[in-house]
Amino acid sequence: MSDLDLGPVWLTLRLAGITVALLLLIGTPLAWWLAHTRTRVKPLIEALTALPLVLPPTVIGFYLLVLFAPAGVLGEPWLRLTGQTLTFSFSGLVLASMVYSLPFVVQPLQGAFEAVGRGPLEAAATLGAGRLDAFFTVASPLALRGYVTAGVLGFAHTLGEFGVVLMVGGNIPGRTRVLSIAIYEQVETLNFAQAHLLSAGLLLFSFVVLVLVYALNRRFPVHAA
Amino acid sequence: MSALAFDLAVDRGAFVLRACETLPLAGITAVMGASGSGKSTLLRALAGLEPAARGRVQLGGTLLQDAAAGVCLPPHRRGIGYVFQDARLFAHRGVAGNLRYGLARARPGAAAPNFDDVVAALDLGPLLGRRVAGLSGGERQRVAIARALLANPRLLLLDEPLSALDAQRRAELLPYIRQLPGRFGIPLIYVSHAVEEVAQLAGEVLILAAGRVTARGEVHAVLQRPEAAAVSGRFEAGALLDATLVGQLPEYALTELDLAGQRLVLPHIDAAPGTRLRLHVRARDVALALHRVDAISIRNQLEGRVLRIDAEAAGAHAEVLLDLAAPGAAPTHLRARITREAAAALGLAAGQPVWALVKGVSFDRRETG
Repeated sequence: MSDLDLGPVWLTLRLAGITVALLLLIGTPLAWWLAHTRTRVKPLIEALTALPLVLPPTVIGFYLLVLFAPAGVLGEPWLRLTGQTLTFSFSGLVLASMVYSLPFVVQPLQGAFEAVGRGPLEAAATLGAGRLDAFFTVASPLALRGYVTAGVLGFAHTLGEFGVVLMVGGNIPGRTRVLSIAIYEQVETLNFAQAHLLSAGLLLFSFVVLVLVYALNRRFPVHAA
Repeated sequence: MSALAFDLAVDRGAFVLRACETLPLAGITAVMGASGSGKSTLLRALAGLEPAARGRVQLGGTLLQDAAAGVCLPPHRRGIGYVFQDARLFAHRGVAGNLRYGLARARPGAAAPNFDDVVAALDLGPLLGRRVAGLSGGERQRVAIARALLANPRLLLLDEPLSALDAQRRAELLPYIRQLPGRFGIPLIYVSHAVEEVAQLAGEVLILAAGRVTARGEVHAVLQRPEAAAVSGRFEAGALLDATLVGQLPEYALTELDLAGQRLVLPHIDAAPGTRLRLHVRARDVALALHRVDAISIRNQLEGRVLRIDAEAAGAHAEVLLDLAAPGAAPTHLRARITREAAAALGLAAGQPVWALVKGVSFDRRETG
């Protein structure tokens, strides 16, 4: 009990933080495009984006493992560029988490952009704002709630990731042993007290974060156009 | 004086807009048309908001869009302001923040409207500290107009800005809009389907029906045409008259006007003698009599001559066009909507002298002279 290892906690927070930051970066243009495109392939892209919602983590993990393998489509160039394998590494875990949590970031953003609509953007354009200007000064502030929801859901979802991590990252202390894996191991080795501590910590943290989100949503209601 | 020249086609399958005009840009030009006639589409195409718009747009010496020349400026580089029917204020900014959004992106130019002037012109001082969410419909549109002005556009388009307001608010806002071209030197194109608004604001009018321009010209002339009546419905059709204020009758809170040498009395109008007023008299508010009628509450009785009688082929009504001016003077037209039966019973015919009994008048203040 005294030698509770907090390493997995910090590793997990770091993984979730980096994953969400990267997802917001690439998810925003994707969500924007999905919200405004009139292309006929939109349902195709939307389905692809939503796949991680319905696939078992083991399926995602399996195919990522195939891609990440040292001879795989992604693993091979990665190994050449960095000298390290993608499998069983923190970088690989970040990539896998991004795939796994993608819909949790893209969908709230897309919904928020769709709710803002074209009206305020057209108004901004007729006031002399270019597209990028209008995006940052009108669309993004109006979609603020979407960003908060996307960030929190993406973060919380990455925290709870288990199956994909196990398939792609294994259980290497300091590199891939995240919270859920550590809890699983404690339970397997019948260290119920430690498992309790980590589980209760995760439970409490998740609850507090969600309470914060709902409280924020009340203070910053969705802006009607 | 600059001009707006456009030759535009917007094809949306079921609806096609095709318009080619050169509008002299001075004061307020009105675009009228029934719902679905293409008014908004035309405005959006001019502003560059309609991706399906093909053709050519030139504002003054600047080519904004021309497929042949490979030019199609995006909306934010056209220098055309737009006031939307639903105001479209930015909810994440307050009133002052919305105004500054336009100001911060103002087109460079020596004659850019000054912030304080615009705020004063639209009476926004008391609203500056307010949030957008609490504003009334009329207040929202005043903020939207000010925001658009502060971006210093070369041309300001107003797309039915008053249509969401009740009659009283509309009447309150019209004077704000009317003063804008003179005060800030920015020409306006004003879209509406309300004859009263157009009559009070515009110098030049363009009428659209089913995506085509069906009539165009000076406001008095165009509003007399059947195309105008088709827009507003017979019920609202009427005549525009220019009158001069001659004096006040404080005892009865009435104001006396001179109309083509005849006397007209209206409820008190707060203006000096000599003020020119534009009156709109709806045809349905005019009754006809063969003689002056003294024992009647309608006091405004004008002498005129019948010019023409347009009877509805199947309906009950006829529209009588009158001239109120003395013989030889420039004609002053008035319209009366009466039943065909009444026209027959009175034996009305072209050239016949009649008395027009006027039940209602709406008016608009104009600069003297």
